Amino acid sequence: MTSSLLFNITTIAYLVSMLLFFTFLASRVATLGLLGSVAAFSGLAVQSVAIGLRWQESYAMGVGHAPLSNLYESVVFFSWTIVLIYLLLDLRYHYRVIGAFVMPFALLGMTWAQLGLSSGIEPLVPALQSNWLLYHVVTCFLGYAAFAVACGISIMYLIREAAGAATAATGNGMVGSFPPAKVLDDLNYRAIMVGFPLLTLGIVTGAAWANYAWGTYWSWDPKETWSLIVWFVYAAFLHARITRGWVGRRAAWLSVIGFAATIFCYLGVNLLLSGLHSYGG
Amino acid sequence: MNTDEPTLSRSLWDFFCSLKLAMTLLLSLAISSIIGTVIPQGNIPPEYIQSISQAKMKLYQALGFFDMYHSWWFVLLLGALAANLVACSIKRLPRIWKFVTQPVTVLDDAGRKALANLATISSPQTAPALKESLVRILGAGFSTPLVTEKDGAYHLFAEKASWSRLAVYVVHLSILVIFVGAITGSLFGFKGYVNIPEGESVTQIAGKGDQAIDLGFAVRCDKFSVSFYDTGAPKEFKSLLTVLENGKPVKGYEQLPVIVNDPMSYKGITFYQSSYGKTGEHIFTVSNPDGSNPVVVKVPSGGSAKLPNGGGICLQETTQDVAPFEPGKSGPAASIEVHSPDGKTRKTIVYANYPELNLQSAQINGGPLFGYLSGKESSYTGLQVARDPGVWIVWIGCLLMVVGICGAFFLSHRRVWVLIKDGTVVIGGNAHKNPAGFELAFDRLVQEIKGELSPGEKK
Repeated sequence: MTSSLLFNITTIAYLVSMLLFFTFLASRVATLGLLGSVAAFSGLAVQSVAIGLRWQESYAMGVGHAPLSNLYESVVFFSWTIVLIYLLLDLRYHYRVIGAFVMPFALLGMTWAQLGLSSGIEPLVPALQSNWLLYHVVTCFLGYAAFAVACGISIMYLIREAAGAATAATGNGMVGSFPPAKVLDDLNYRAIMVGFPLLTLGIVTGAAWANYAWGTYWSWDPKETWSLIVWFVYAAFLHARITRGWVGRRAAWLSVIGFAATIFCYLGVNLLLSGLHSYGG
Repeated sequence: MNTDEPTLSRSLWDFFCSLKLAMTLLLSLAISSIIGTVIPQGNIPPEYIQSISQAKMKLYQALGFFDMYHSWWFVLLLGALAANLVACSIKRLPRIWKFVTQPVTVLDDAGRKALANLATISSPQTAPALKESLVRILGAGFSTPLVTEKDGAYHLFAEKASWSRLAVYVVHLSILVIFVGAITGSLFGFKGYVNIPEGESVTQIAGKGDQAIDLGFAVRCDKFSVSFYDTGAPKEFKSLLTVLENGKPVKGYEQLPVIVNDPMSYKGITFYQSSYGKTGEHIFTVSNPDGSNPVVVKVPSGGSAKLPNGGGICLQETTQDVAPFEPGKSGPAASIEVHSPDGKTRKTIVYANYPELNLQSAQINGGPLFGYLSGKESSYTGLQVARDPGVWIVWIGCLLMVVGICGAFFLSHRRVWVLIKDGTVVIGGNAHKNPAGFELAFDRLVQEIKGELSPGEKK
């Protein structure tokens, strides 16, 4: 058994989960929602084993390091954190339908990684040979994942609002299965409440690492700057919560914009801009 | 603020305290920060200058876009954010502070009615007995209460995590602390770099704008080496450094290995492995193809030199033994680029041991005949050098920020008041966050009290 096979099984599990959630959304048969969750969490379990196995495989190759060192590994890990955060949200708040708007992110990541990225295990370049790699990447991606979940919830909020109160009230159609707008607004806040401290920790560990390796904790490198931009956007979101007129639709938009900035920070900076942080490409 | 003062200062104060300003500043900082990630900062590559128009270049320069994070307007935005933080804290903190340090321990009826959670229990027990029980139950299940006796009634007050109300101000403070750390670093610290050839030592490094900075001691590079993985990817860049004081090695700082991610610090100055290269000099002979008019030309490693005919020679790569590259041959060889006076460029290889090959090349391509005598070359290590006395202040700020954010998000100030009067116990409580969670905890507490006060009803 290899990690590669298990990653393929994970991808299929996430696909099945997403399709089940979509049919759940359309049919509102509770069993389908349950099966969707079961598929997602089975996929998460398989993926956890796969990540562990890949870690072990790297040691067997004599280049042992945590599987967080290139674009393929980071995309796989990102998918894993997204499903993990969704699992925690589902266990705590029991709004299963959110899976229909979160699993596509995880599936997209896994599909891209499996089909479009080179999956070879490579030795660590000198710049990444540090324990900070683990702390920095894990905190950043857990934060990103919480923002992905918040974005999914915000999209639900915006769809629900666009469908109009009348449609929602009759309880018919797709929107009828959504949680109430107030609940979505609150869940959006709660997901960001988890993501913001993690992003802060991610930036702080990154600064600590940069200071240790380069002698400067902040050099306005594009990656650093974009992480700060993301931080500013979510800081604005948190202040919006206590500002009149900014709850609801505007907060949902801020959350979507925040996640767009997050994705640019993660991928756009590496693919489009140049800088110190060019390991992922 | 005095009410007699003109309204201008009042409205200015309100403006600096406002949440609207905070939102505006955060979003302005987010949007404006994008500029510096798209436009190159610091040393602008010549290709970029060629790619934009003169007018654009002038505009960007005027707006400070090439060093935007230090431009007056960006610093002004950060300063405004700091002013906003300070102003809003001055406005709100005293009230919150009083709230935390001087809690309302005795609620009146109106205050009690306003509570989100309220329960009344009747009991035949005497008031002092009820008081004793409740002090015990609250102490065990929630938090030790404060008892006040007033007008023949007992008032109990217990609270948890009252200081979590201050957490958000800790976050605000942490940002100011980080600013102080950054300013300290830029005033009293420095950043620079230095290249040290193997076997040589330096006492100065190049700081901002190549300004020389004295270290106060000397650093010698004893050896620099690169190792590679089987794949050809670099595995380790390593310098062996020795610190010298008055020309003598300092104990404990002799031949210290410095690699990427593992720097060396001495007297508050830290040296980081950053780059490497080769330095040295190579000796060529240049003559007419028939060997007449020979001239010796010296070229530095990776550098170039002028030729007698007005052209130039540019060194690409050299080796003191060509065998690994060209099996069957031996001795020194150099790969060079020859620029003729008419602007043409050609590449060729010049050998020390094979003059006939050098001659062949000159005959085929025309131009002068080159000979490579020898070269002396050594590696140098490139080190980043930094001293930042403000960095500890920054880490304290970061710690405060993380603790503050967690406190602000995940802790809630929970309070419970109990009134014991004439055989009735009235329990009330509230929380400043997560009201649903508190409701559950409050209901559990009330059930527990009910069970304890009338054990007969409990099954």
